[in-house]
Amino acid sequence: MLRNASRLHACLNGSTSPIASTGCLQEGLVAVRHQATQAATPPKDAKPQKTKFGPLKDQDRIFTNLYGRHDWKLKGAMARGDWYKTKEILLKGHEWILSEVKKSGLRGRGGAGFPSGMKWSFMNKPSDGRPKYLVVNADEGEPGTCKDREIMRHDPHKLVEGCLIAGRAMHARAAYIYIRGEFYNEAVNLQIAVNEAYKAGLIGENACGSGYDFDVFVFRGAGAYICGEETALIESLEGKQGKPRLKPPFPADIGVFGCPTTVANVETVAVAPAICRRGGDWFHSFGRERNSGTKLFCISGHVNTPVTVEEEMSIPLKELIERHAGGVIGGWDNLLGIIPGGSSVPVLPKSICETVLMDFDALQAVQSGLGTAAIIVMNKQADIIKCIARLSEFYKHESCGQCTPCREGCGWLNKIMWRFVEGNARPEEIDMIWELSKQIEGHTICALGDAAAWPVQGLIRHFRPVIEERMAQFAAKNKKTASEKKGTDRVAIAQ
Amino acid sequence: MFHPGGVHGARHIAQSLHHVKNAIRGTCSSKLLMQQKAAAAVAVESKKGTVTPPPTGPAPTAPAAPNSVEVYIDDKMVMVEPGTTVLQAAALAGVEIPRFCYHDRLSIAGNCRMCLVEVEKSVKPVASCAMPVMKGMRVKTNSPMTRKAREGVMEFLLMNHPLDCPICDQGGECDLQDQSMMFGSDRSRFTDIKFDGKRAVEDKNIGPLIKTIMNRCIHCTRCIRFGSEVAGVDDLGTTGRGNEMQVGTYVEKLFASELSGNVIDLCPVGALTSKPYAFTYRPWELRKHESVDVMDGLGSAILVNSRGGEIIRILPRVHEGINEEWISDKTRFVYDGLKRQRLTQPMLKNSQGLLEPVDWEDALSGIAARINRVPGQEMAALVGGLCDVEALTALKDLMNRLGCETLCTEESFPMNAAGTDLRSNYLLNTKITGVEEADLVLLIGTNIRFEAPVLNARIRKAYLHNNLRIASIGERVDLRYETDFLGDSVHVLAQLADGDHKYSEILSKAKKPMIIVGSSSLQHGDGTAVLANAIVLADSLRSKMSSNGDESDWKVLNVLHRHANQVGALDLGYKAGPSAIKQMQPKVLFMMGADDGVVQRRDLAGDAFVIYQGHHGDKGAEMADAVLPGAAYTEKYATYVNTEGRAQRGNVAVTPPGMAREDWKILRALSEFVRGSSVLPYDSLDEVRKRLAEIAPHLTRYGQVEDANYFRQSKDLVWNAARPGHSGQTLPAQQRELEDFYMTNTISRASRTMAKCVTAARHQKSTRYGL
Repeated sequence: MLRNASRLHACLNGSTSPIASTGCLQEGLVAVRHQATQAATPPKDAKPQKTKFGPLKDQDRIFTNLYGRHDWKLKGAMARGDWYKTKEILLKGHEWILSEVKKSGLRGRGGAGFPSGMKWSFMNKPSDGRPKYLVVNADEGEPGTCKDREIMRHDPHKLVEGCLIAGRAMHARAAYIYIRGEFYNEAVNLQIAVNEAYKAGLIGENACGSGYDFDVFVFRGAGAYICGEETALIESLEGKQGKPRLKPPFPADIGVFGCPTTVANVETVAVAPAICRRGGDWFHSFGRERNSGTKLFCISGHVNTPVTVEEEMSIPLKELIERHAGGVIGGWDNLLGIIPGGSSVPVLPKSICETVLMDFDALQAVQSGLGTAAIIVMNKQADIIKCIARLSEFYKHESCGQCTPCREGCGWLNKIMWRFVEGNARPEEIDMIWELSKQIEGHTICALGDAAAWPVQGLIRHFRPVIEERMAQFAAKNKKTASEKKGTDRVAIAQ
Repeated sequence: MFHPGGVHGARHIAQSLHHVKNAIRGTCSSKLLMQQKAAAAVAVESKKGTVTPPPTGPAPTAPAAPNSVEVYIDDKMVMVEPGTTVLQAAALAGVEIPRFCYHDRLSIAGNCRMCLVEVEKSVKPVASCAMPVMKGMRVKTNSPMTRKAREGVMEFLLMNHPLDCPICDQGGECDLQDQSMMFGSDRSRFTDIKFDGKRAVEDKNIGPLIKTIMNRCIHCTRCIRFGSEVAGVDDLGTTGRGNEMQVGTYVEKLFASELSGNVIDLCPVGALTSKPYAFTYRPWELRKHESVDVMDGLGSAILVNSRGGEIIRILPRVHEGINEEWISDKTRFVYDGLKRQRLTQPMLKNSQGLLEPVDWEDALSGIAARINRVPGQEMAALVGGLCDVEALTALKDLMNRLGCETLCTEESFPMNAAGTDLRSNYLLNTKITGVEEADLVLLIGTNIRFEAPVLNARIRKAYLHNNLRIASIGERVDLRYETDFLGDSVHVLAQLADGDHKYSEILSKAKKPMIIVGSSSLQHGDGTAVLANAIVLADSLRSKMSSNGDESDWKVLNVLHRHANQVGALDLGYKAGPSAIKQMQPKVLFMMGADDGVVQRRDLAGDAFVIYQGHHGDKGAEMADAVLPGAAYTEKYATYVNTEGRAQRGNVAVTPPGMAREDWKILRALSEFVRGSSVLPYDSLDEVRKRLAEIAPHLTRYGQVEDANYFRQSKDLVWNAARPGHSGQTLPAQQRELEDFYMTNTISRASRTMAKCVTAARHQKSTRYGL
């Protein structure tokens, strides 16, 4: 958490030191757009609509040890209600689990927001003899995001139990937790939790005495952002270079080791036991329609107290920051812009931040996205062009190099962006970079191309005057120095 | 879209045809195809924008293809098999979609993104090379979205591609060049104020054949996929990430494959080019001659490129029955051997016993003077594996007219039972394409990887895609796929023939087994036993197949020859092996292209007169009293019969050097000088070929395989004779390692490039990375 915050702080202040961050491209951000268009029409049956979202009551929190104040091991976890009647949940069968998850309206927490119940039900095709696998994407690397690591180091049993329940829902034989290489302590804690669960008979052969065999393996990655993309993660898990696969075939048909696979985010999996225990309807009661549930928000950047906090979905962005992060440094009026969902989503200016709700559809409507719900706050002391240029550099560094638009385009964007930082460019180039970003977006194998294009697009959409002003300044300065130089030359000649 | 006359244009057309064939094969009858065409025509007529009515059911006369689906390419309907990609479906509709990484003989990578097309109801453009068709899919290959996507990808590709075209060997046959003419912009939007330039990548040294200029690489990974899929050599791969990604060999090493040269053709840009061809000519300056390769027994289809009486390079032609579109490195790079060590003028030994250049008339009369003194029974002829059918016919006719019946090939073959009397005993009966249908291949005494590299690539393909199982008997060699190693001697084969080996059950369960006997194992001491047991085993497998109700006439027995025209010589009635010559100790020996040194001076009568006719000064010319310079395979119109029994024609690319002449013409001229009525009755190539047709009609049915079908009789003959015993020694592989591959005949032995390859392979073996 701290590490993330300080890292981003460095970024926001425009430090040029290379950030050794690598991470995770959360599943197909493009899907967000698709979902939202479907969600545009409100449901017809006129239920009294909820109008106030958040703050979340303490009794409704799922992650009760988010800050590590209690014992994270099995004993402590059981005291907080984990592993309670897991056997009974398993014995209710996969149909029941799926129906609860569908009822809950849970959408994938990795960024794309695909309905989890539907995704998990893709695995329920009749078996052709191949085993099925659940792969948990714990390669959390999206800049600004620090939610999965909190779960894994402070509440790892939630994840292990989630693996078992989600695995049962999709008839998986085993779960592979692909954890980011840099998360050393988290991997240690998680492995201890897995070992404890094995020892207690909660997983392994006849898990929880339910008659269902289920294994959990922890696999440490080697630190590439692209390995957070689900198919690249599968490749990496298989021991190959982490390069995204072409889809189709989708992992649900051919996934890890050629078997049907579902890749799910840590948070998605970890909330499954709570949904089953407290009921899908309970989870559904939070947030707006189609954006239900509670969510971990990671707030960093120019706020007084950066924090990861569990809140109700659809909470207003302003309230979230004021209530939990101690407000923007220098006051709300000192706010410049906010990246609301991790580095991949477009930045929002203050005018939008005043009112926007933190959920998939509301952020989609303002041409941004919820992504991983990593809120990066920038106040007026930040150089917004430099911030986005730094993100472009990140994507250039993390592009796998497999397909043309991303390999060549990210480098090009980066080059132009750093010229924009100086202002050493012509105003026409703003339109050109916009067009270039459109040539990358949607033309690549995976969503990294989109993720690289969107921050730049967001910048141009909302901060074009800033870029133009910088160019004008540079031109004026240079003209001056040029004429001065000319003048001195003339003097020299005259002498 | 492509250069209309260029090699690549031709290749693309050929590829499209291949797609069409693929899609039609198996499911559509010709009637249905016609119906499709009619339907397509209707679809074209219907106005753009209106909804094309769903296709009506097939007319009662035409049987419906089981599960083909309809797809609309630019509003034109085509019916394709499910699983076809959009790109293939577009090819069916006659629309060529630009591509770099896609190649129909390699797996799909989908990384160049050049083939993006708009599909209705899809937000983003899709990669047509990877996207399977769906029912009712509407593809727009020329919409604004599609065009924009292509232009964008082209701009990105050119961004870091050096402006090397004027000095690039790929110029004129470069996919990037061609397609940038179509989709590229005429100016760059790339501003580089800091002048750090385009991406610079270090060139790799991957051997003496392939020149790498890695700045030009567009990362299509065709070469990598070729290496790992077709050649079975994982030497190539990518390192690094993003803009720093490089294609290379991880460590500096040789690209150790006998098929490596094919990556030159595959590379869509000038990153991988031919080292020997570097900076010589532009492709449009070259004359192209379709011909047949003679470096192994397969007779691969080649395109000989010449300029000014010199061969500049050799490229493959597509031949689905033989080489698909690959050729071995020996085939591709041996041509510099045609310029060295050549016999360019007739020679006779003078009184000091030294060969001395003479003119043709003196040479022929001198030879005739010696021949005329010797009765036919004391003469013999010995021919090598590179001789063409025309020359062999002329030689046989001439010698027969002189009363000589001892005409032998250098390559021997067991003569027990039917021997070479039945063609089925010495052909690759199931044909090369049989590999694709087979489910089990038993290799006996052959390192097929080096004896027939292209055939081995096909076996590997079937191994990867059809679950072909391969078993081997003989010295253990690395074939680049897994084999069930059964044993190293004929002893195992005898057990299999008797059905009492633990592998017998697996063999007998095979639905389409193939036995491939390497010709070198038949020349081994246990050769007779190898052939006899192989015949017995093949017959028992055949009878099992027919008892299982298999009606197909699947031939199990195959012999793989290593020489271009050994089958042609046997078809013409030459005796296999020099044993007859060694027995009779002839007074006159006529050697034609016999350079393997199987007959020495000591095998002949003391004062024997040896005539050598051929194109290279090698072992044959060394022991000759008279030398007649002949033409090499690129210098004559000649027929070769490959190991399947397929007669193929080679064409003249360049004229023979110096005073050398086409071989049959030399023999025709010689016949004027020798005694009696020996003048050969043909004056032109057509007349020679008429004579060929008289001897064996299949020799002029070009391109076709003449089947042989006396397996039962052959087996009976073996059965009735006593089964030959065997020593049980290891059946050795003649070409064991890569270094043994390059120099196997008189042309390749004279090639500098091949010598460099041998050195490189030896050196690679000595490094810590090995081969």
